[in-house]
Amino acid sequence: MSTASYQDQFAALASERKGPEWLPALRQAAMTRFAELGFPTTRNEDWHFTSVTPIAERTFKPVRAEKSSVTLDALSPYLFGAEDWHRLVFVNGRFDPALSMFAGLPAEVTVSTLADALKTQPELLVEELGKLAQYVEQPFTALNTAFMSDGVVIHVPADVVVEVPIHIVHVADSGAAGAALYPRTLVRADRHAQVTLVESFIGLDRATYLTNAVTELTVGEGAVVGHYKIQREAEDAYHVYTSQAIQAATSTYHAFSFASGSALSRTNIYTRLNGAGAEGRLNGLYCLDGSQHCDHQTFVEHIAPNCASRELYKGILDGSAHGVFNGKVYVDPEAQKTDGKQSNHTLLLSGTARIDSKPQLEIFADDVKCTHGATVGRLQDIALFYLKSRGISAVSARALLTYAFAAEVLETIEVDAIRLGLEALVFERFTNGVPA
Amino acid sequence: MLRISDLHASAGDKPILKGISLDVRAGEVHAIMGPNGSGKSTLAQIIAGHPGYEVTSGSISYEGEDLLDLDAEERAQRGVFLAFQYPVEIPGVTNAYFLRAAYNEIRKAHGEEEVDPIEFLDLVEEKLKLVDMDPAMLHRSVNAGFSGGEKKRNEILQMAVLAPKLAVLDETDSGLDIDALRIVANGVNALKRPTNATVVVTHYQRLLDYIIPDHVHVLAGGRIIRSGGKELAHELEAKGYDWLLEPAGVGA
Ligand SMILES: Nc1ncnc2c1ncn2[C@@H]1O[C@H](COP(=O)(O)OP(=O)(O)OP(=O)(O)O)[C@@H](O)[C@H]1O
Ligand SMILES: [Mg+2]
Repeated sequence: MSTASYQDQFAALASERKGPEWLPALRQAAMTRFAELGFPTTRNEDWHFTSVTPIAERTFKPVRAEKSSVTLDALSPYLFGAEDWHRLVFVNGRFDPALSMFAGLPAEVTVSTLADALKTQPELLVEELGKLAQYVEQPFTALNTAFMSDGVVIHVPADVVVEVPIHIVHVADSGAAGAALYPRTLVRADRHAQVTLVESFIGLDRATYLTNAVTELTVGEGAVVGHYKIQREAEDAYHVYTSQAIQAATSTYHAFSFASGSALSRTNIYTRLNGAGAEGRLNGLYCLDGSQHCDHQTFVEHIAPNCASRELYKGILDGSAHGVFNGKVYVDPEAQKTDGKQSNHTLLLSGTARIDSKPQLEIFADDVKCTHGATVGRLQDIALFYLKSRGISAVSARALLTYAFAAEVLETIEVDAIRLGLEALVFERFTNGVPA
Repeated sequence: MLRISDLHASAGDKPILKGISLDVRAGEVHAIMGPNGSGKSTLAQIIAGHPGYEVTSGSISYEGEDLLDLDAEERAQRGVFLAFQYPVEIPGVTNAYFLRAAYNEIRKAHGEEEVDPIEFLDLVEEKLKLVDMDPAMLHRSVNAGFSGGEKKRNEILQMAVLAPKLAVLDETDSGLDIDALRIVANGVNALKRPTNATVVVTHYQRLLDYIIPDHVHVLAGGRIIRSGGKELAHELEAKGYDWLLEPAGVGA
């Protein structure tokens, strides 16, 4: 398909690109690789349930530079009422300092845009950028690496605890129509550092665009990193996202992925448990209806011994929505005493919604405990009757039971404002969205 | 208040109720007894509006309205309450939230203002005392992991909060220890008003020592085969149901 048009775009942009000399080489290598790989097809096992034809058959162009007309008011419903969070806002891929807020960070912490970091922290970038996210095998990561425009670089030095979350907000409005956005995020938390990153993807207007984002996280020894991804793209938008974390010994990484937007989305949450005693928690919730397609792939690589991984993904599917969950776990021969648990539960609210749930365990060590489980269910008539028999309307009864289904996974959210915000979101969605 | 006339009902193809007639007036307590599988819970659930049963003929009127025309939630909003024989567990919804949602929806249906969580807590705390329930139960998921007795008490708590006009208690006494039985019965009695009515389904005379019925009915094979005063319950306790079921036994 149309890899040629991306090569043309790449060539046209080459002269405008700035930055240290290693960067064009990285971009070129990624571009070349993308041209070889092409867009994935459903013959590719990793994309078996998700056809990206709607993305591949269009050519998304780099966004035209335009002044942003997004206001803080328009943004505020998406900010979890958290005025004091450190916030970086990108509108249609461009950093918007007026909507951003820099405050309250410990002095040792650096948070900068990718464009700035290329000037101020080139050593960090040459060491880290493109080192975790695999562009050699992943076409969308290759495309992002070739075209990454701007993004955020976060460095939390050893022993520094960042109390307040850092919120990266990617907003698209009608200015993004027909465009591809390539945000790139890099996080390094050194030994015993603690930080929480929130990445929001928001569509304010009806527009067809492609977000193709990549995030790389290095979690140092004993470090604690929380990572919340909130996907509320426009309903006609396409969204592909990959995060790759690497965890040193005794570190903790908690990734939570929420998805309710986009016509077709694919989220890859990957972590490599690389040092003994590390813990990875990957949780998520997707709420879909209409003809939405939402695919999550998780990959936990148990490389070191004595590591634990916990995964809980839940889906609430209405209309003729299609959910996909593919949970991959790899246990290396060295990774003895691995303790892994994975579950995927789906609530179908209609007869036409469907889920493909596929656990995939590859275990090469013998002294391990790995379990997985998946369930698919509907709202129980007896529970609906019980609620209605107490005077609760049919609409509220359904909303309440739907919310109750989600409660278990929402409880894993450690940032109160996000938990409350998503609880309200789920509740409202199913109060208004379900006919009486 | 409630008039059931020649009610026939089935579940799927299976006829269960085969011509029930019953009149319940305000201020009265009716007891329904009868062997297992005779249709007592089916009758109770049909009154509450369970969608799984089909009424094939007959009628139920409640306060002059056709009850069968109303959805379950509309019945509840008009003051009908069923204490379930098997209360349903709802993981993920706290008792406090559930009670307040129900209370407020009923108020809303009456054009009254909703109460906020703080106001509501005051109201519930008072009702908790009535059924001697630990306030901690409010913050647990509805019935989830509750013991049998706790579930029954929770039904009475809901009844106390929602203050129905017509309460149907389906074997609320089963599985209760003797103290709990007294507490539950006291709860029911405390809520009794000249404008309310109560229908208790039970297997045991014991409960009727605390909740004194005005009428006792025996339901068997989908029909009411005998009605009488409270002494009928004593008779049943002593003799069982056989003498009623087998006409040949009469006079033996
Ligand atoms: N949904 C249903 N589908 C099929 N049969 C049903 C259904 N509900 C009830 N029945 C049957 O109808 C009959 C009456 O059941 P019901 O629960 O009303 O009895 P009951 O008098 O309450 O008994 P118990 O004293 O054991 O509580 C039983 O034979 C039962 O199996
Ligand atoms: Mg019964």
